[in-house]
Amino acid sequence: MKIKLQTKKLNVWYGGIHVVRDFTIKIPEKRITAVIGPSGCGKSTFLKALNRMVELVPGARVSGKVILDVKNIYGKDVDETEIRWKIGMVFQKPNPFPKSIYENVAYGPRIHGMAGKEKLRRIVEESLRKAALWEEVKDRLNVSALELSGGQQQRLCIARTLAVNPEVILMDEPCSALDPIATTKIEDLLFELKKNYTIVIVTHNLQQAARVSDYTAFMYMGELIEYGRTEEIFERPKNKKTQDYVMGRFG
Amino acid sequence: MAILISLSITGYLLFYIISNGARIISWDFLTKPPTSGMTAGGIFPAIVGTLLLVTLAIAVSLPLGLISAIYLVEYSSKESRFVRLVELAVYSLNGIPSIVFGLFGLAFFVKFLGLGTSLLSASLTLSLMIFPTIIVTSVEALKSVPDHFREASLALGATKGQTIVKVVLPAAFPGIITGSILGVGRAAGETAPILFTGAVFYMRGLPTSIFDPVMALPFHLFVLGTEHPNISKVEPIQYGTALVLLLLVLLISLVAVVIRHWYRRKRRW
Repeated sequence: MKIKLQTKKLNVWYGGIHVVRDFTIKIPEKRITAVIGPSGCGKSTFLKALNRMVELVPGARVSGKVILDVKNIYGKDVDETEIRWKIGMVFQKPNPFPKSIYENVAYGPRIHGMAGKEKLRRIVEESLRKAALWEEVKDRLNVSALELSGGQQQRLCIARTLAVNPEVILMDEPCSALDPIATTKIEDLLFELKKNYTIVIVTHNLQQAARVSDYTAFMYMGELIEYGRTEEIFERPKNKKTQDYVMGRFG
Repeated sequence: MAILISLSITGYLLFYIISNGARIISWDFLTKPPTSGMTAGGIFPAIVGTLLLVTLAIAVSLPLGLISAIYLVEYSSKESRFVRLVELAVYSLNGIPSIVFGLFGLAFFVKFLGLGTSLLSASLTLSLMIFPTIIVTSVEALKSVPDHFREASLALGATKGQTIVKVVLPAAFPGIITGSILGVGRAAGETAPILFTGAVFYMRGLPTSIFDPVMALPFHLFVLGTEHPNISKVEPIQYGTALVLLLLVLLISLVAVVIRHWYRRKRRW
């Protein structure tokens, strides 16, 4: 099994607050890794540190390494836009642009100069198909994305991320704003996507982590407490804290 | 009660101007220059002059104001001293009486820069006057664009510049355009800033370059009302001019309202 992304002694501070502490983890390629933990444990911040989105938070400071394949993304001559191109992100609340469905998906490829009208059309269709949205929107690509339902918007955001052909996709509680049916659709989609992409998903829905992920990391107070195969974490956790959390004793 | 009083005053004023002005307004009045020592003919050069003045003024202050607003909202840190100083300056600039802008224009553009009493000097003075309006409305418009649009764009690997040009500005566009149009409306109606800097009572034909002086509606009205010897003969022209100016400003505001309304229906974030 190949390691796609790993962190070494990753620390994040917001001003004086130490949010992520000495986090070291290896994330396997073309698998789904879930990060679970109680609210405020730093899991979203950890996720944002994986593609340098954390740098947009005023007062944020990062130390340690995040290594994509062999390259430290916090290295001196690394361009953060290139990192975010390779490591895409889907947010908690669906956030399509106030543009048409087509323009939303075409945005990324255009930015990166994958131009050519025919090619762009193909990329848009392909991305929408991969995000299991094509059949629902193929006749109204020019309608505003804001007309779509929440679940459709989230799949559109996934399609938009896929359109720039990333290697890793980070998902920050992608279903927490969605109803159960929309959630099921996204979860089904994840199984399809992991054939080609490495996925890291943050969730505080334990059932979801158990259902979709291959590996699970339990995070508490900014630290990685336990990490392993999802069955191990849920059925035979070694750490007392993990045990208490997955049994639902706190959270 | 207070509302009633102010409404009835406004209503009376409008009625008075319309009833007196409507009689004189005709196609000739709008398209012919004044004749017979201003006692007859039309106000065509003044209409064109006002349109030229506001067009040039907005052409200068919109780009500058927009760039300043983009810097303030997107690039500077919100708590920095410099930003607060700039904001303070902009707000105080907004409160300065327009005659002060006129005097400044005279001292700076006409004399110091040697641009003379010209369309250019007057437009620059007007642009200075509406500059704060444009910055303030553009800043508000940019701030009203939710951060998650910016995040979505940056997360796709876009640069900050690409994000601003392709996502933030289009989303802020209605607010920016509304603010600019309101600025234009204000500039169209002002006399004081152009009084010393570029407006003339009468000239033959239209300005042929930006260094020529211009006629303008509010100034035309001002001079007819204060300096013309033959009051009884120019009075109808005065009302006609007032009505044209009023309609022009109302029309400009109406366009702003329509644009805002149109976009507000479309946007849902």
